[in-house]
Amino acid sequence: MKEQLANIRAQALAAFEEAQDLAALDELRVKYLGKKGELTAVLKQMGKLSAEERPAMGQLANEVRAALEGAIEETSKKLEAKALEQRLRDEALDVTVPGKPVKLGHKHPMYIALDELKDIFVGMGFTVLDGPEVELAELNFDRLNAEEGHPSRDWSDTFYFDEDSRVMLRSQTSPMQVRAMDTMELPIRIIAPGRVYRKDEVDATHSPMFHQVEGMVIDKNVTMADLKGTLNTVVEQLYGKGTKTRFRPHHFPFTEPSCEMDVQCHKCGGVGCPTCKGEGWIELLGAGMIHPRVLEMSGIDPNEYSGWAFGIGLERTAMRRFKIADLRLIFENDVRFLEQF
Amino acid sequence: MNLSRKWLGEFVTVDANDKDFAEAMTLSGSKVELTHDLGEEISNVVVGKILSMERHPDSDHMWVCQIDVGQEEPVQIVTGAWNIHPDDMVPVALHKSTLPGGKKIEKGKLRGVVSNGMMCGLSELGLDTRDFPYAVITPAALLNDYHPLDKDKPSIPADIQPGHKIFGSVVCARITAVRCDGVNAYTAACEVGSGSVSVSTNCANLHAGDLVALDTKKEHICTLEDLRAQQAEFPHCIPDGIFILHEEGVKPGDDLKPVIGADDHVVEFEITPNRPDCLSVIGLAREVSATYEVPLRLHEPVVKGGAEGNLVELLDVETPAADLCPRYTTRMVRNVKIAPSPKWMRERLRAMGVRPINNIVDITNYVMLEYGQPMHAFDYRYVKGGKIIVRRAKEGEELTTLDGQVRKLTANHLVIADETRAVGLAGIMGGENSEIVDDTTDVVFESACFDGTCIRKGALALGMRTEASAKFEKGLDPMNTLPAVNRACELVELLGAGEVLDGVIDILNYVPQPRTITMDPDRVNALLGTEIHPVDMYRYLERVDICTPEKNFPNGPAPVVIPSWRADVVGIADLAEEVARFYGYNNIPTTLMLGQTTLGGYSPAQKLEQTLGSVCRSCGYDEIITYSFISPTYYDKILWPADYAARKSFKILNPLGEDTSIMRTTVLPSMLEILTRNYNYRNKSAKLYEVGRIYLPGGEDGLADERKVLSMGAYGEDMDFYTMKGAIEAILKEIRAENVHFEAPTGAPSDASYHPGRCATVWSGSNCIGIFGQIHPLVARNYGVDGELYCAELNFDALMNARGADPEYTPLPKFPAVTRDIAVVCDEAVTVGALEAAIRKGARGLLKEAALFDIYRGKGVAEGKKSVAFNLILRADDRSLTAEEADADVKAILEVLEQDCGAVLR
Repeated sequence: MKEQLANIRAQALAAFEEAQDLAALDELRVKYLGKKGELTAVLKQMGKLSAEERPAMGQLANEVRAALEGAIEETSKKLEAKALEQRLRDEALDVTVPGKPVKLGHKHPMYIALDELKDIFVGMGFTVLDGPEVELAELNFDRLNAEEGHPSRDWSDTFYFDEDSRVMLRSQTSPMQVRAMDTMELPIRIIAPGRVYRKDEVDATHSPMFHQVEGMVIDKNVTMADLKGTLNTVVEQLYGKGTKTRFRPHHFPFTEPSCEMDVQCHKCGGVGCPTCKGEGWIELLGAGMIHPRVLEMSGIDPNEYSGWAFGIGLERTAMRRFKIADLRLIFENDVRFLEQF
Repeated sequence: MNLSRKWLGEFVTVDANDKDFAEAMTLSGSKVELTHDLGEEISNVVVGKILSMERHPDSDHMWVCQIDVGQEEPVQIVTGAWNIHPDDMVPVALHKSTLPGGKKIEKGKLRGVVSNGMMCGLSELGLDTRDFPYAVITPAALLNDYHPLDKDKPSIPADIQPGHKIFGSVVCARITAVRCDGVNAYTAACEVGSGSVSVSTNCANLHAGDLVALDTKKEHICTLEDLRAQQAEFPHCIPDGIFILHEEGVKPGDDLKPVIGADDHVVEFEITPNRPDCLSVIGLAREVSATYEVPLRLHEPVVKGGAEGNLVELLDVETPAADLCPRYTTRMVRNVKIAPSPKWMRERLRAMGVRPINNIVDITNYVMLEYGQPMHAFDYRYVKGGKIIVRRAKEGEELTTLDGQVRKLTANHLVIADETRAVGLAGIMGGENSEIVDDTTDVVFESACFDGTCIRKGALALGMRTEASAKFEKGLDPMNTLPAVNRACELVELLGAGEVLDGVIDILNYVPQPRTITMDPDRVNALLGTEIHPVDMYRYLERVDICTPEKNFPNGPAPVVIPSWRADVVGIADLAEEVARFYGYNNIPTTLMLGQTTLGGYSPAQKLEQTLGSVCRSCGYDEIITYSFISPTYYDKILWPADYAARKSFKILNPLGEDTSIMRTTVLPSMLEILTRNYNYRNKSAKLYEVGRIYLPGGEDGLADERKVLSMGAYGEDMDFYTMKGAIEAILKEIRAENVHFEAPTGAPSDASYHPGRCATVWSGSNCIGIFGQIHPLVARNYGVDGELYCAELNFDALMNARGADPEYTPLPKFPAVTRDIAVVCDEAVTVGALEAAIRKGARGLLKEAALFDIYRGKGVAEGKKSVAFNLILRADDRSLTAEEADADVKAILEVLEQDCGAVLR
């Protein structure tokens, strides 16, 4: 019997070694350890043994069983690993096949530029205002110091809804300055983006409807140096640290002193190229210290308070930001254009 | 405003090159748009003197010339032009030279003869006869150039010989010699067979050996016109040729550019409307002088006068419209000789973009450019009664202006009239009836100041904005009229264009008074954020003639006198700008704002707008921007009933065109237009959105009630009603709208735009948010689209109201759910919504979710019926459900489905 057990052990271990897969191994397990297995058959003969032999033989049989079970487990692990490896090999994919498309929508490039601007100003404590596009000429012009006779009031320049030129499509976002002064508590820090309208035929650089962002600060001791500092900060955030700017005297009826702000041409670095028409600078926005008369008309004492304001064209900002050459693309809304942003 | 730097040089000396000049002027406030070197394209072109001419051996019309160009050896040039003669001074483009238009000249051979360059005509130099009136060429009809139109019937026989009669007193003559007597003046010796005569002529194309038609009676060499011949008959006798220079002091080898005025540089300024004084050479010279701190050399006009007659007796001026005419200044010139003005004046006018006409007109333009004061010249003989009356026009009064147009006037127009009629439209344009013509002898110069608003409105009403009116409307300096009229008279004397009468008529309808305001250096520093010393400030101001009467520069506030031409300077802010301009905007420090902190941020509405955008984009919709104005016909296109009240729109009275003439009351046409455009571009699919405004009548102050609408639109393969519905459900879910349900359209007239069976209104409780669905096929057809278009219009305010409360955590289920699928068969007419309602009604508190997963029609389901399958999820929060409990609930649900909807388990 001892010999039998040793034989079984040797045979079984050798057979396990040979097993090619888990199913074969399981068959072997049944063959040796199953109810009708060889080991079990040997054990059934235990009864025939003497009482002295039995414990030693029992122990031996158990040892054989344990050895076989251990070997099965070990082999099974090996075979499992092998099977997994095979499966993974079989499941390998062509990773260059394109993914299943997820179609995401795109923000319009002009609104991307606007949102950037908004975030910068909101971070500096500005509130974003929204106002009417059908506006009173009084707010668009008179209250902004553009009196009767100012060329921008001409019917050739501005859209009107009545013969008295009272109600119009705002030609600038600047009436929002007046609306803010009339309704808000001082100090004021606002930006007001929105649509504006001018009587320009559509071409590569003109559109009868376009967008501006107005900005305004009114507080005690506000200076032109603050205007420069704030706008420089904005430009650095938009175009990167170290972007060079310059300020030029200009004229707007509602600011004095007035200025225009240029950024150094990104293309030529200021040497002069077709992008900047040889000037080395690109006009970015108009700004200035709020005209004392404008403050007075809104009941703000210019001796106590001062302020600055600016206006920036959004289309041009977006066009520069994304190198869009033709303004018409902005309003054409071709999905092949929109999906580039 | 164009500025000739040569002209500028008369008043200030600045050596800077164009680029530096442009930059310095721009930074001191006079924005330079561009600079232009007039001679940029001309190089290596010199004055040459023709030494000799020989006929080309192989050509019947070309000449081989030897030309002295100031070099050791003369150069040989072949030309086809016939208007030149030995000793003529001509422009010579040498080998390797350039001409306007990018033309390059190099040596070559013309019919085998070497030509080392080219002699130039006016047009080749970018000029015409208005620039050099003396360069008009009159060709004679050369009989040796005669080419009969009909070879069989020549008007002039080919073998014609000197002395042969042509017609009347006209005979054939042979030129034996030509002598140049001056500008376009020649003496030609002619042999007429029987003898010879010497004839004066202005024809420039005569050379020894030529045959001409000589009118023996008039002693005149005939031109084509004299022979009534066509150009084709004399193909080389053309009024074009080489530009023969008649300029004092030029010699061979001289650079041509200064000779023709192409050595000037022109600077184009953008002048802002507050600085009309800068619309003149002197005004800009003031700015240049202030910018560069160089002295300004102003010139005081000196008029000799002394013409016969008494101004006051000849002319009387009345200004009944005194309110519209602050000043009217006039002088008179007699014995005028209309002629071209001299070269220097023509050059300057041309450099500034003004066409030279004749001496008197050129003088008025010259003074307008130099002083910024529009001038007008009348022919005195047409000023009836010797009286000039500045009055308002009579209603309906007519005047033919210089451009030949008959203008119908109103009482709002200001006219210059004589006793009987208007002779000019004040400040806008003169009348044809008093125009300066070739035989004008007595001229009245008007130099006036008119009310800017009156001129602007008058010009606008007639649609004729002129250079003069553009200046007047900005408000001119009344102090300028007298020096300007004197300058004009000085120029008349300088040009020898006439004799100036002594005296000036000068009507002042206002009291000229120097304006004084207070300068406060501290306030200027406070505004600018600078620490500029007061003395420096007064020094900056003095540069632009804003001076304090005090002897030394004060250290504090002081009065300053504003010059008459600076009407724009009225307060401390204006003075601050003047100081800043010369201190340098870029020297002002940059600081960050101090003061009370403000809380920036976005309002709830702005945040909602951001949310809507981000959900739309995550559903695959691209953002668009559409025009707010549309055509009224678009309401027809979207099938709105003709009497629909919502068609009432804000109407633009002066639109660019009908397509942009009213403010939209619906976003639908805008979206459809963009969908259609993409469809026409053959883009396979498009999903678009916009948060756009509509403009409804009835807002405050007569303004619009502007409302925002979330507009969505889509087409394409994967697009159907339920796809769009899914996006809308996603939006409503994102804003946590409660009680969302979809219903049939409400029957509003605007529903007509949608497919009646494929559109729905969107609700949150009793709040109607909007409508969406497939666009009516007829609407799509109106847009030329034969596919299905889907749109949604969701009211922004309603979306605001539909926003649910902030989410509150509900514990996750602890016990497993039981799922049951049921399929019920019901009539076609029963909606899924009704079935869902029945399911919810029948559930006994265990149903957590009922999700539609299939609708089936066909085999196994009776005609007119459908099978609808739901997946039910049942769960109790406090225990694991048993199958029996779940089945009991499902049974109850099935009972209600049968009772309420007649739906039975399949």
